[in-house]
Amino acid sequence: MRRITHFIYNQKAAPYIFVLPFVLTFLVFFVYPVFTTIRMSFQEILPGMITNVGLKNYQRLLGDRIFRTAVSNSFEYMFWTVLILIPMPLALAYMLNSRSMAAPGLFKGILFLPILTSVVVAGTIFRLIFGELPGSFMNTVRAFFGLAPIKWLRQEGTGMAALVIMCCWRWTGVNILYYLAALKNIPPEMYESAEIDGANAWQKFRHISVPLVKPTIIYVLTISIYGGLAMFTESYMLWAGNNSPRNIGLTIVGYLYRQGWEQNRMGFASAVGLVLLVFASIINFIQLRLTGVLGKEGD
Amino acid sequence: MAVPSAKRVRRGPRLVLLVFFVCLSVVVLLPFFAILLASFKPAEELIRYGLNLRLDWHLMSFDNYKYLFTGITPEGQHLPHDYLLWFRNSVLLTVMQTALTLLTSAWVAYGFAMYRFKGRNVIFSCVLVILMIPFEILMLPMYSQASAMGLLDSFWGIILPFMAHASTIFFFRQYLLSIPKEIVDAGRVDGASEYGIFFRLILPIMKPAFSAMAILVGMNSWNNFLWPMLVLRSGKKYVLSIGLNTLLTPYGNNYDILIAGACFSVIPLLILFSFTQKYFIEGMTMGSVKG
Repeated sequence: MRRITHFIYNQKAAPYIFVLPFVLTFLVFFVYPVFTTIRMSFQEILPGMITNVGLKNYQRLLGDRIFRTAVSNSFEYMFWTVLILIPMPLALAYMLNSRSMAAPGLFKGILFLPILTSVVVAGTIFRLIFGELPGSFMNTVRAFFGLAPIKWLRQEGTGMAALVIMCCWRWTGVNILYYLAALKNIPPEMYESAEIDGANAWQKFRHISVPLVKPTIIYVLTISIYGGLAMFTESYMLWAGNNSPRNIGLTIVGYLYRQGWEQNRMGFASAVGLVLLVFASIINFIQLRLTGVLGKEGD
Repeated sequence: MAVPSAKRVRRGPRLVLLVFFVCLSVVVLLPFFAILLASFKPAEELIRYGLNLRLDWHLMSFDNYKYLFTGITPEGQHLPHDYLLWFRNSVLLTVMQTALTLLTSAWVAYGFAMYRFKGRNVIFSCVLVILMIPFEILMLPMYSQASAMGLLDSFWGIILPFMAHASTIFFFRQYLLSIPKEIVDAGRVDGASEYGIFFRLILPIMKPAFSAMAILVGMNSWNNFLWPMLVLRSGKKYVLSIGLNTLLTPYGNNYDILIAGACFSVIPLLILFSFTQKYFIEGMTMGSVKG
């Protein structure tokens, strides 16, 4: 016992004791389960009976039409959110940061409010906003323009639109904060000297702000890509469960959830999970390379 | 707020910007307004006519909220439900999870920030890897592991896998790197143990960092949905997000508790946000401007 106490209080051992909780979590909840999942992806798992099926799960996955729908939905969602949630919040942050802006703190606060809602609450609100009754909010907007009411969440295009709009509603304010933090780091002298050279607002934005907030743009891009790839609960809540008509809201993670939890095919679900992990790892690697985190770990 | 030199502010652009942001704010606040309005109307109204912005004063009342807190329906029936239990569970889980996550993550971050040791960079790369991978991608292996360890249907199952929390560790490490190492050396000279230094000298200095992260971790814990949904089984342990979700059955209408309950569940965060906006923002943006 005294030996152990002595070891723990040794200055050489201390750093390891400090990082131990992380190392344990990493091994127990990441490394080991990932290996189990790899093994499970080659198995068929029924209660009390596990059979090795080789590559069968993966073969099935390749030919699975519903999986392809899920992948295409996830990537379509990712595409739209990246297209909107990168430039729009940047432009808004630039305006909020401008000297002509009145009460920037107030507007920043208002735009941030939506992220305080949980997915459950936001999903409930937007499911009702995009309701199919003639009196549902979005249909009254259509009526205002003289258009007939539609079933928003039953058609492919409008269903995806609802999903993307909900995401933008929740995340625009957060991305604005990221950009504002970066914009505030730009010394005002840079804009001043550009003004002396006769630059207008757009030129200042294009040639000073954008290049200097590039690291933040890459950061926001990365989290948007991951967020798009991993999106599930938004769709789950918008359609009140994992079943959207003709799977128009089914995502890769939704498919994983359906196979693993709803249909209890853990082996097949593991294969889905690994494909997803491979997608994510590729993105992770590219991102670490781009931002140079892997390169500058010298000290 | 002045970024370019504040020599003259022209009226025109100022007005255009203001009008634009007022319109944008109205659009952003509309969903809140719509749901708040609905929470004061009878549920049948919502089912029959959909969510709208009509202000029908004669229809609006506090009946839904009365039912939420007393279990007495507008018709005077006593029809018990579990909303207050879920609320209590959410408070309990959020407090437990926030306290444990902050303490564990600060402990780990201190190791990364204040010592040089063999394997540090390798282990820290693992933090960066976990930092980026969204939870949804790992939920299947994590679930099998939690299940194998008998952690299902308990708050520990929700808390334990995220106690050494990558982004919180990252934030604390950044913060600690800015603290002069002399403090630690001085502590050693005074004869304090390595852990005594952490608890007595470092934790008090970390107070601002704790405030920023407490709000962020607390908000995520309060709003967390997917992992608790996978872990929790028995209705008595449900937290708000899970409980509200169970109200969405295809059979029967629970819109009275659902809408009023959803509104009320946002209120603690709204209050917190209005008082601590600075810390919120600090915590949220820390990851994006990394050194």
